[in-house]
Amino acid sequence: MADPLLQLTDVARTFDVSSPWLNRVLERKPRALLNAVDGVSLSIGRGETLGLVGESGCGKSTVARLIVGLHEPTRGTIRFDGVALTGVGATDGVDYRNARRGMQMIFQDPYASLNPRWRVADVIAEPIRALAPRTTKAEIDSRVAALLAQVGLAAADGIKYPHQFSGGQRQRISIARALSTQPRFLVCDEPTSALDVSVQAQVLNLMRDLQRRLGLTYLFISHNLAVVHHIADRVGVMYLGRIAELAPTRRLFGAPQHPYTRMLLAAVPDLAMSGRARTAVAGEVPNPLDPPTGCAFHPRCPYAADRCQREVPALKPARVGGEVACHAVDESRLESV
Amino acid sequence: MTAAAMPDPRPRSGPLLAVSNLCVEFPTRHGTLRAVHDVSFEIAPGEVLGVVGESGAGKSLTGAAVIGLIDPPGRIAGGEVRLDGRRIDNLPYETMRRIRGRQIGAVFQDPLTSLNPLYTIGRQLVETVRTHLPIAPAAARDRAIALLEEVGIPAAARRIDQYPHQFSGGMRQRVVIALALAASPKLIIADEPTTALDVSIQAQIIQLLKRLCRDHGTSVMLVTHDMGVIAETADRVAVMYAGRIVEVGPVADVIHRPAHPYTVGLMGSIPSIVEERERLTQIDGTMPRLDAIPKGCAFHPRCARAVERCRSDRPDLLAVGATRAACWLARG
Repeated sequence: MADPLLQLTDVARTFDVSSPWLNRVLERKPRALLNAVDGVSLSIGRGETLGLVGESGCGKSTVARLIVGLHEPTRGTIRFDGVALTGVGATDGVDYRNARRGMQMIFQDPYASLNPRWRVADVIAEPIRALAPRTTKAEIDSRVAALLAQVGLAAADGIKYPHQFSGGQRQRISIARALSTQPRFLVCDEPTSALDVSVQAQVLNLMRDLQRRLGLTYLFISHNLAVVHHIADRVGVMYLGRIAELAPTRRLFGAPQHPYTRMLLAAVPDLAMSGRARTAVAGEVPNPLDPPTGCAFHPRCPYAADRCQREVPALKPARVGGEVACHAVDESRLESV
Repeated sequence: MTAAAMPDPRPRSGPLLAVSNLCVEFPTRHGTLRAVHDVSFEIAPGEVLGVVGESGAGKSLTGAAVIGLIDPPGRIAGGEVRLDGRRIDNLPYETMRRIRGRQIGAVFQDPLTSLNPLYTIGRQLVETVRTHLPIAPAAARDRAIALLEEVGIPAAARRIDQYPHQFSGGMRQRVVIALALAASPKLIIADEPTTALDVSIQAQIIQLLKRLCRDHGTSVMLVTHDMGVIAETADRVAVMYAGRIVEVGPVADVIHRPAHPYTVGLMGSIPSIVEERERLTQIDGTMPRLDAIPKGCAFHPRCARAVERCRSDRPDLLAVGATRAACWLARG
C-alpha cells in the first residue's frame, strides 16, 4: 500500500501471567509469559475498512488496544499517518498528540462503556473538553447536538442518562462520543456483538453511512464472520496471536486459502444453506500459554506435515491474491478452492 | 446405540409436548407484566422446534415455563403444558422435580454456571443418574462414562474424576449435554446452547445435538437468537415478538418465504457470508417494553406496511401458505 493511514510492523505484546513471586519460589514454577500478539504486520488504507476475525483468545482485541495506546507493544512499530507512535522513531510531541487525536475507539459493551452517572451530553463532550479545553460552552453544546443528530438521536436526548436508552441507542451514543474529536480512524472492537440482529443492522448501516459521509477509516474487530463479510473491504484472520490470512473480502470468502480460514467458513451456520451437511471441525484452540511448535494450527490441521511442526510459517503473498501464512499453501500441497 | 441409551419401545401417538394458551406474568409495583402471552405450540416425538426472537421476546421464559422453572414472583397465569398427554404445569413441586431430568432435560447457555465447580463431573453425573434411575453406584458410574463417551469427551474414564474448571468451554457444554441426557429424557429444552461458544466449537455442539436426537429419538425445544443455528438444526421454527408467537412453520418456509413483516425484517437484517449487500434491511425502533405493549398488533409501530386495522385489532395466528402468521396483511 502506497500511503497507508495505519501501519503495524511486526507488533508483539507479551503479558506476564506468572504466579506471585512467593509461589514461584516455593513451588519452583517458572515465569509464565503469554504472547497475546506475536508479530502482526498489517496496514490500513485511507477510507478502508479492515476486518479482523478470530476465535476467543486469538489476540484481536489486544491488537485494537495496542493501536489506540491502551497497551504498549513489547516490540514492533505502529505508524499512524506517517507518525511513529511506538517503536523506532517514536515521537511524543505535537505530532504524536495530533495523531492520537485522529483515532478513537468504540467498545463492545454499551452498558459498561458509558458512565451511568453522567448525562449523555457530558459523555459526548468529554473528549472535546479533554483534547480542546479552550472550546466555549456554546460551541460544545452545538457540537454535541450535531453529533447526536448525526447518529440518529435527538438533541434533546443529551440531558438524559445512559440507562434511559436501549442497547442500540447506547451504541449510537458511543459512536457519537468517538466522533466528537473528528477522528479519521475508528477502532471498533466487537461493536455489535452485544446487540440483537435487527439493532445490529441499524448500527452497521449507520457505520457505513458515517464512513461515506465523513471519509472514516475503520478497523472492525469481530468474531462474527458474516458481519465482517458485510462491512469490511479486506479481512485478516487471526489465530493464536498471528495473522493466518489477510486478503480482500471477496477473495477471502470466495477462495479461502489457509486451512484455518476454510475451517472457520465451513463452521458458520448460514441461512441460505438450510439443512446442508456440515464439515466436521475437530479440536479446539490450544492453550496460548503453551502454544504448539511451528505453525500454531498444525495439531488441528488436516494438511499438517513435518515442516509445519518445526517451522513457523511467514505471511507470504498468495497466488490468488492476499497473503497467507501456511506451508501447505506455499508448497502447493493444497488444492485451490 | 451405546449402553447409555435406553430406548423407549412404547409407540406414541400425538405430540410429545403440547403447550396451549400459555401466559407468564410478573407482578410488579407498577402492575402485572405479561411476558408470555397466549403461546401455543406442539412438538412431535423426535422433532426439533426452534424458538427465535430478540432479547425480551419471551422465548427463554417459554422454555422455563415448560420445565416449571419460572422464578417467583413470576408465575404461569394461564394455559396448559402437556407432556405425552399428561398435564405438567400444575403439578406439585416434588412431582415436577421428578419429571425434570427424567422426562425433560435442560441445557443452558453458560456451561460454567450449569455445573457445580466444587464437585467432579463424575459425581454430578452419577448423582443425576441415580436420582432418576434405580441403579447401583458402580453401574451409575459406568453409565456416566458411557454418556461422556457418547458426547465426545476423549479419555472419558480418566476425565470423569476432573472438576469443571479443568474442561474447556466446548467440553463443558458437552458435559452439560451428557447431564441432560443422563436419564434418557424424551424432551430436551436447550436455551442458547451455543451462544457462549466460538464458531468452530458451536458447529461441533450443533452436530452433537443433531446426532443425539436422531439416535435417541429425543425431541428438542431449541431456544436461540441465532437464526443460523436454527437453520442448521430445527425442523420447525416459531418466531416470537413481544411475548407472542408471530409466525410458526417449517424452517425452510419461515427462512425463505416469511409471511410476517417482522420475520421478513429479521431475515433481512442478518448479514450473510455468501451474499453481498450494500445495506441490511433495517427495522427501525426497538421491541416495546412489557409495560408499554401497543394496542392491536404489537409490531405495528415498527411495521412499514401497517394499516388502520393493525393499530386497533390484534391478529391471531392463521395459515398463510406453508406457515402460520399473525398478521392482517399476510392474509390478503
